[in-house]
Amino acid sequence: MTTSAPAAAPPHAKPAPKRGIRRAHRGEGRLAAFLLSPTLLVLALVIGYPLVSALRESLYQRGEGLDANGFVISGEHFVGLRNYIDAFTGANGSRFWNAFGNTTFFTITTVALETVIGLAMALIMHHALRGRAFLRASILVPWAVPTAVSGLLWRWIFDANGIANNLLGQQILWSADGWPAKWAVVIADTWKTAPFIGLLTLAGLQLIPAELHEAARVDGANAWTQFRKITLPLIKPALLVAVLFRLLDVLRMFDLPYLLVGNQKYSVQTLSVLAFNEANNLHYGPASAYATLLFLYVVIVAYAFVKILGADLLAGARTRTPARRRRSATRPLAGKGTPA
Amino acid sequence: MTTHATDRPSRRASANHSGAAAVLRYFGVAVIVVYCLAPFFWMVVSAFRRPSDQFQLSALPRPWSTANFRAVFKPDVGFGRALLNSLVVAGIATIVTLVIGTVAAYALARLEFRFKNLVAAVIIAISMFPPISIVVPLLKLFTDIKWINTYQAMIVPSLSFALPLAVWYLTSFFRQLPAELEQAAMIDGCTRGQAFRKVILPLAAPGVFTTAIITFIAAWNDFIIALSMVNKKDMQTATVAISRFTGAYGFDQPYGTQMAAGVVVTVPLVLAVLAFQRRIVSGLTAGGLK
Repeated sequence: MTTSAPAAAPPHAKPAPKRGIRRAHRGEGRLAAFLLSPTLLVLALVIGYPLVSALRESLYQRGEGLDANGFVISGEHFVGLRNYIDAFTGANGSRFWNAFGNTTFFTITTVALETVIGLAMALIMHHALRGRAFLRASILVPWAVPTAVSGLLWRWIFDANGIANNLLGQQILWSADGWPAKWAVVIADTWKTAPFIGLLTLAGLQLIPAELHEAARVDGANAWTQFRKITLPLIKPALLVAVLFRLLDVLRMFDLPYLLVGNQKYSVQTLSVLAFNEANNLHYGPASAYATLLFLYVVIVAYAFVKILGADLLAGARTRTPARRRRSATRPLAGKGTPA
Repeated sequence: MTTHATDRPSRRASANHSGAAAVLRYFGVAVIVVYCLAPFFWMVVSAFRRPSDQFQLSALPRPWSTANFRAVFKPDVGFGRALLNSLVVAGIATIVTLVIGTVAAYALARLEFRFKNLVAAVIIAISMFPPISIVVPLLKLFTDIKWINTYQAMIVPSLSFALPLAVWYLTSFFRQLPAELEQAAMIDGCTRGQAFRKVILPLAAPGVFTTAIITFIAAWNDFIIALSMVNKKDMQTATVAISRFTGAYGFDQPYGTQMAAGVVVTVPLVLAVLAFQRRIVSGLTAGGLK
């Protein structure tokens, strides 16, 4: 954006109004700092401090140990990267990799299912002729049910004597450790959040001018071609943002496995559950290491998603008003011309 | 918005030319409604069975009974207190969030300043933060400063997700208001503060209200923070209390009472959502795309 700035800025702009604008900007900058400071301060306290503290904590272990001279030391002591090494290898290693694998499995399967189902829902809602208000109301219900409550609800549905087994005519032990438990979590999560993807995608669909489809139809494109060549490319930005939101939300999944299947069940233990259990056992060091690793995982996924697929979360903030964008783009040039 | 007017007639025209497509559409709508409502329906139905009929699988309770609800509100269960705790925590978190989030959102939506994109990016990034990453260190901190089993121990961590969420939605609401309005007010002699208070805030009231609902629901639905920060029964929030219900016979899952409590916790939210659905949908989608 900045590279095009010299071309966009009129080279012979009068200095006086420019300085006026800049002074106004400086005033606005001060006001903005004043208005933003409470929010940034609170976020620094509730996010920044814990993040740094977790990083520090992950380098310590609690309990009794022997120091270099063979003396017993108690309380917290520095262990360097021991907690991280333990997370990757050894006895704890299998627990970490299991939780990591579960987290990844849930993320891939639920987001894939939710995207397909959500997209189908959006298409149906878009073409619905009647009952749109009712449709919209019912699609908000799963979103409004607290995840904890939905965990218990699905636990009841998947009870050995519950409605799911009855409808399937099977005797599956969903809440025992194993693949059925994994799928129970996937189903429960998909139920709750596919409608959310549907809502976001529907908003994208409604922005597509009908003329495009009309023109394609006149040109002889069938429904599938229209969907692939017109609908999909045009809703891609909305869909990508929805998928990114979901990805990062599933990576931190806690309530559903914890309540639907159980705290100590190996087959559904996510990284959040693992870290929580360690913290509850007062193993703050390993717990912090797991939490930090989960945080890094989230950051990497988000970064890769934005870089590779180009999901532009800030599209609105940047391109809302073209006039304003041009003005901000000229600022680096102006700053270079007259150093303060 | 202009597309609405143009695509209505064309859609009607295409509907006429095949009846099969219309049938398919109604079928699709029915599938969505069943998908969304069936599990919720099952929760309500299970809540209204007699405890002895818990494993009955009929579509409607036979006979209907409020025994589960009466069990939920028995004094020794303490569920009323848990509801009050949830209300206090989610309510205060929402109010604090709105007060400091509104001004921040105004700055992001209206003012021109350096690092604006960076600040916006940081705020949206923070809303995707895994809560466990702050729960573990804060649990230790709150233990040290004796905050365990207090309201503030639940409210403060809740701000970590409520505040970015609110700032994000509010920013998109403010951006939808035409900037000319406050410029006119400032030309007429208002200061920026007055223009904000007298022009922007009243116009943004629906957006602020919607954000309040979304934030409140997010805070009300929190589980992991309340679970970690509180171990005393009379400080539990509703979501934690439900998960800790114990059955009459030890290892029994008290599904009936849990479903009844689930209905109590969920129905107010569902009613609020139904009452304000149009606004909530526009709020949720405005945050997601522009």
